[in-house]
Amino acid sequence: MTSKRISAITVALLAGTSALAQESADPIKLTLHDWTGQLITTQLMGEVLKAAGYNVEYVQADYLAQFAGLETGDLHVAMEIWETTGREAMDAATATGDVVNVGATGMQAKEEWWYPIYMKELCPGLPNWEALKDPACAEAFGTAETLPKGRYLGGPVTWGGFDEERVEALDLPFEVIHAGTDAALFAELESAIQRQAPILLWVYAPHWAPAKYEGEWVEFPEYTAECYTDPASGLNPDLAYDCGKPFGDIWKVAWSGVQEKWPGAYSAIDAFTVSNEDMGAMITEVDLNGKTVEQVVADWMAANEATWQGWIQ
Amino acid sequence: MWIAATLVFAALWLWGGEVLPWAFEVPRAWRPPFAAWISGVLDWLTKEAHFGLFTFRDLTRFISAVIDVPYQIALGLLSGGATVFGVPVPPVGWLGVTLLVALLGFVLSGLPLAALAGGAFFFIAIFGQWTSAMLTLASILVAVPLGVGGGLLLGIAGHRWTGFGRAIVPFLDLMQTIPIFAYLVPILILFGFGPTSAMIATLIYAMPPMTRITMLALQRVPDEIVDLGRMIGCTPRQMTWRVMVPSAQEALMVGVNQVIMLSLNMVIIASMIGAGGLGFDVLSALRRLDFGAGLEAGFAIVALAIALDRLSQAAARRRPAAPVSNEGIVGRHPFLLSALTVLILATLAGLAVPAVQTYPETGRLSTGTFWSEVVEYININYFDEIEAAKNAVLLNVLIPVKRFLISLPWLGVAGLLTLAGWRLGGPRLALLAGGLTVLVASTGLWEEAMTTVYLCGIAVLIAMLIGLPIGILVAERDRLWASVRVIIDTLQTLPAFVYLMPAVMLFRVGDFTAMIAIVAFALAPAIRYTVLGLRGVDPALIEAGKAMGCTPWQIVTRIRLRLAMPEILLGLNQTIMFALSMLVITALVGTRDLGQEVYIALTKADAGRGLVAGLCVAFIAIIADRLIHAAASRSRAQLGLSDGGGHDAA
Repeated sequence: MTSKRISAITVALLAGTSALAQESADPIKLTLHDWTGQLITTQLMGEVLKAAGYNVEYVQADYLAQFAGLETGDLHVAMEIWETTGREAMDAATATGDVVNVGATGMQAKEEWWYPIYMKELCPGLPNWEALKDPACAEAFGTAETLPKGRYLGGPVTWGGFDEERVEALDLPFEVIHAGTDAALFAELESAIQRQAPILLWVYAPHWAPAKYEGEWVEFPEYTAECYTDPASGLNPDLAYDCGKPFGDIWKVAWSGVQEKWPGAYSAIDAFTVSNEDMGAMITEVDLNGKTVEQVVADWMAANEATWQGWIQ
Repeated sequence: MWIAATLVFAALWLWGGEVLPWAFEVPRAWRPPFAAWISGVLDWLTKEAHFGLFTFRDLTRFISAVIDVPYQIALGLLSGGATVFGVPVPPVGWLGVTLLVALLGFVLSGLPLAALAGGAFFFIAIFGQWTSAMLTLASILVAVPLGVGGGLLLGIAGHRWTGFGRAIVPFLDLMQTIPIFAYLVPILILFGFGPTSAMIATLIYAMPPMTRITMLALQRVPDEIVDLGRMIGCTPRQMTWRVMVPSAQEALMVGVNQVIMLSLNMVIIASMIGAGGLGFDVLSALRRLDFGAGLEAGFAIVALAIALDRLSQAAARRRPAAPVSNEGIVGRHPFLLSALTVLILATLAGLAVPAVQTYPETGRLSTGTFWSEVVEYININYFDEIEAAKNAVLLNVLIPVKRFLISLPWLGVAGLLTLAGWRLGGPRLALLAGGLTVLVASTGLWEEAMTTVYLCGIAVLIAMLIGLPIGILVAERDRLWASVRVIIDTLQTLPAFVYLMPAVMLFRVGDFTAMIAIVAFALAPAIRYTVLGLRGVDPALIEAGKAMGCTPWQIVTRIRLRLAMPEILLGLNQTIMFALSMLVITALVGTRDLGQEVYIALTKADAGRGLVAGLCVAFIAIIADRLIHAAASRSRAQLGLSDGGGHDAA
């Protein structure tokens, strides 16, 4: 398998060199954030670009602070901007004209309130969201700090998500606590699962948690664009956000100069797609089976040569 | 007077809600749009400001490129792979660097230090942290000299021109207390995304102590020396560099040490904006919930800090040796030459034998999953007890205090603080304390500000309650003090993240976990300054006390603690500063204070909003600092001690 891979890379290199003649040899800077899926997506793209003969550099950057770098051209490509959490920042950045949306990654982001399956015993009405309105159910999720309200552990404030607004609009007896970081969020989940303790929290997919633990998403009224923008729409006539979270694309964005400086790379980035299933499997390999991101990316490339060869044609 | 004020305050608090609603929350219409103003200025600065030929951003980008050169050289020497002006820099390799550090330790103070410094670096290599540690060290090696140099120059200028000195003090306060997230975005735009921006941010945070200590140290240079300098006809330049700076050298080295410690404090945040290194390893280990790996990377930072700190302290203590009479360059610089030999030999050997350059993978140690299993074991078996204890604290102390503080009317608080300022330091202090409080209230962040006061206030109280007895206990016992020092150094440099994530598993996200992080970090100055004060008490006075028949308890409470009070108050001041500077970290475990507000602003790329919240933190720090400083001066005066106050020794 390895030799096959190497030969594929060699072919790509040979094919790439002629096409690259006019392209810049400067490194293309791809940003890395703090969740495994993003590391895999980015390194997948990076390794494919390397195979095509580009100079690639990975830069650790904060999910939202990176837009400052993308606008000035210090950073070049961000592989995962989630419709659900990054839309606002992405729109602000593309509005400046210095950042462009390079299209969808093919992955669908899902983010919603999530609970381990054993919580259904305490709250039989779940996954229907209306079960959460039952005071006994809310109390089951409560802690000393929040009682008599339930406790919902939201994502870091940087992820947005409008959970306070949702709680208010749907009149849920819950208090929203923000985890601060991805790590803190899943530290709590891990802790609760170890003890089979109650927990209701923000989980997103593709991620290892819903694959590793048995649980369900709360089913809120379905998201519509009007629900977020127009208070009159939806269940609560006075407030917006009276629905679930949007499920949507995960976008690739780039500095606007990329297309001119590395046209071939730009079309490869544009062509990049990966399915939710593939990504879920890769994340599981890394987070649960202890493989390194590099290993998993190399395995995928060996198994899907034809796919990525197509991107760099 | 105080009784009357308290009564008025209580009346306002209890019954004012309906009569004067604006005293509790500043109406929206009264709030000046500070955030929009600041954003406007920053926008102009980053996008439009120019000096005719080039823009302000061109200038900052040029500075950034200049700083990048020494960084690339250091990086190349330490870990390889860097090129300067197209020339690749050969790496020295792990063995070479370790030997060099050990040699430096030996030169500065002999074998024990050589073993300590070399051992610290060996520890880093054996746990497989070498590459990242060198990345971190490279940026520290550039940031620290810049911080020391810049701080020294500013301090000298501040000493020479008193007006300038007075003018920069508030800026130093702001640089140290505004959370870095507040000014991250403009820095990234101005200096580019990467290690240089991280270094600039590090400089802003780590330089102020150097400036403060420089101004203080120059002031303390004995008059006789200054007079001597005048008599022998020194020019102002000679006076500064040949007379003042050398004689203040020892104090200046304390500043160097602080710059090192604070720079290493920043590695986590630096890694979020592209600096990589150990900070990145800590973050990435913890997001996999791999506590062992996080701890190993964290302790590599501690090892770097302790090695650099002890080396710099040895350099400070080292007296200039008598001139060596041996002729020839070998005789005069034996150590310089042996260092060069090690450097060249190690580099060459590294090119030939890979194990000299990169520590062999087979010889590495790791704690593996041990720590994660420890946490899991505690979690499964003791969670209920921990939860019960936590809830008791939370429900009986934390939440009531939080509710109480948030319910207070800003008008009343401003009034009380004005009164305190007036009583302690006169009209100017009264104006400052009251004015800043009103400013904080007028930003509309009163609730966040009071949450900050509550979190930091209780944490400071706990830190003092733990720190004071420990300080009293160890002040007289040298060996105990040496081991306590290692512990507090560790607490100060081990990234809070390393113990925060296990804490989240056991205590959940929230104020209690945040409190643990703040107390752990703020404990260091509480102990350090108590020891400093108690050790400074004149032994003759204690003897006198014994002679008069004081019991040991009386000696501690009536003599030693009273005389050490000024230093203890200074320790309190520093504990508060440290607590406030942890706000950035506590935001990451989800508190709802000003730190979180700064963090939210960062995510919305709203520099104005972030700076407004950051300034509120700074104002709280300044109010606390000035009031405590005034109280310390008064207590000094009452004890009949001169008011020299180590106040500025941050």
